[in-house]
Amino acid sequence: MNLLEIFGQLSAGMLASIQIFVLTLIFSLPLGLLVAFGRMSKNVIVRTVIKVYISIMRGTPLMLQLMVLYFGPYFLLGIRVTNEYRFYAVIIGFALNYAAYFAEIYRGGIESMEPGQYEAAQLLGYNKSQTFFKIIMPQVFKRILPSVTNEVITLVKDTSLAFAIAYLEMFTMAKALASSQKSMLPFVAAAIFYYVFNLIVALIMEKLEKKMDYYH
Amino acid sequence: MYLLEMNHIEKGFDGLGVLKDISLSVKEGEILSIIGPSGSGKSTLLRCATMLEKIDGGEILYLGERAAYIGENHKPVYKKGEERRKLQSYFGLVFQNFNLFPHYSVMKNIIDAPIHIQKRNREEVYQEARSLLKKMGLEEKENAYPCQLSGGQCQRVAIARALALNPKILFFDEPTSALDPELTGEVLKVIKSLADMDITMVIVTHEMNFARDISDRIIFMDQGVIAVEGTPEEVFSTEHARMKEFLGKFHQA
Repeated sequence: MNLLEIFGQLSAGMLASIQIFVLTLIFSLPLGLLVAFGRMSKNVIVRTVIKVYISIMRGTPLMLQLMVLYFGPYFLLGIRVTNEYRFYAVIIGFALNYAAYFAEIYRGGIESMEPGQYEAAQLLGYNKSQTFFKIIMPQVFKRILPSVTNEVITLVKDTSLAFAIAYLEMFTMAKALASSQKSMLPFVAAAIFYYVFNLIVALIMEKLEKKMDYYH
Repeated sequence: MYLLEMNHIEKGFDGLGVLKDISLSVKEGEILSIIGPSGSGKSTLLRCATMLEKIDGGEILYLGERAAYIGENHKPVYKKGEERRKLQSYFGLVFQNFNLFPHYSVMKNIIDAPIHIQKRNREEVYQEARSLLKKMGLEEKENAYPCQLSGGQCQRVAIARALALNPKILFFDEPTSALDPELTGEVLKVIKSLADMDITMVIVTHEMNFARDISDRIIFMDQGVIAVEGTPEEVFSTEHARMKEFLGKFHQA
């Protein structure tokens, strides 16, 4: 089997990996903002609950979190899960985990804003949500872009962790193919896939950063 | 009727009294300067008047309407929602460090609030903004971003931004303290031109000559109280020891 044939064999896995990547971002980016608000909440209970959640998400391996999500329903509650649940477990696990990281990035960005920006907005009559979405968030977005890029690049590689619950993404398939073919080539193909994927991600993020360059 | 009345204002931070029983009032068209050493409470007074800080005691009235007072539980009571917005529209504030929105162009900084907050006619607002920029000598800069401007230009944009909302009274919090002497001159010139337009202004400043030239009335604050108050002539010829010492330091400098 040459490299091209291997890519052909792995194409379904690649699509699955891209799907995990895209869905994780779609869910975790907005969820992270909600978590960040909770983390900064004046309500002690909300703040504490969110702090514990972030601490667990960041303090335990994502692979373990996926296993708990996937096997938990049966081992803990005796519920027989369906085959589609494997996919849901992957997406829920990734989204919850990445939301915690994004939340801390958002919080860092929001707390780095000068109080003067809020005060100017208040004096000009902007209400709280107008101030946040028109004045604060666009500037936060620019400030946190490099950290977000880091997380997004990590996510590309992390999609391979779905193999832990035997979800048929790129890495799971490459591993299977390597052992059935007794060949290193599937791993080479996997490496090329992740590398090119990340190259594209890095290029897009760089473009985005350039686009925000019109002010500082 | 007074545009602004502040009666018996008390304000402290962590138990430390910063404003002690301060009362002042501002008539329409009047220009009031507040001078005094650093830490005398000038900026805090301005921040209380503009509701950026909550008062611990006393009351604030705009056009005879009570904007803030102390409620029965000894907590300050402020208007909320629509009433608050209405009160807020009576005054504008020019900050020491401008606080322009860096992601907005000069034009957008000026027109965003009139169009999206006050819901005024777009064309009208644009026209007014252009004429304001012309007055500020910045007609070439409407598409520039704040980071491309000098400090003096930024401050003039900030003044235009405040004026675009047509406030009845404009506060200045040490508007030239972040600027070098050359840029200070151009900003003071703009503020003087506003004085000629009969705009009511309350100016916290360290520019003594400017305060003397422009003001109808001057307040000298020291350690949280109004130590001297009067016309520029009265204040600058006072026998008040602390004021004389303060002015002496300026003359030496």
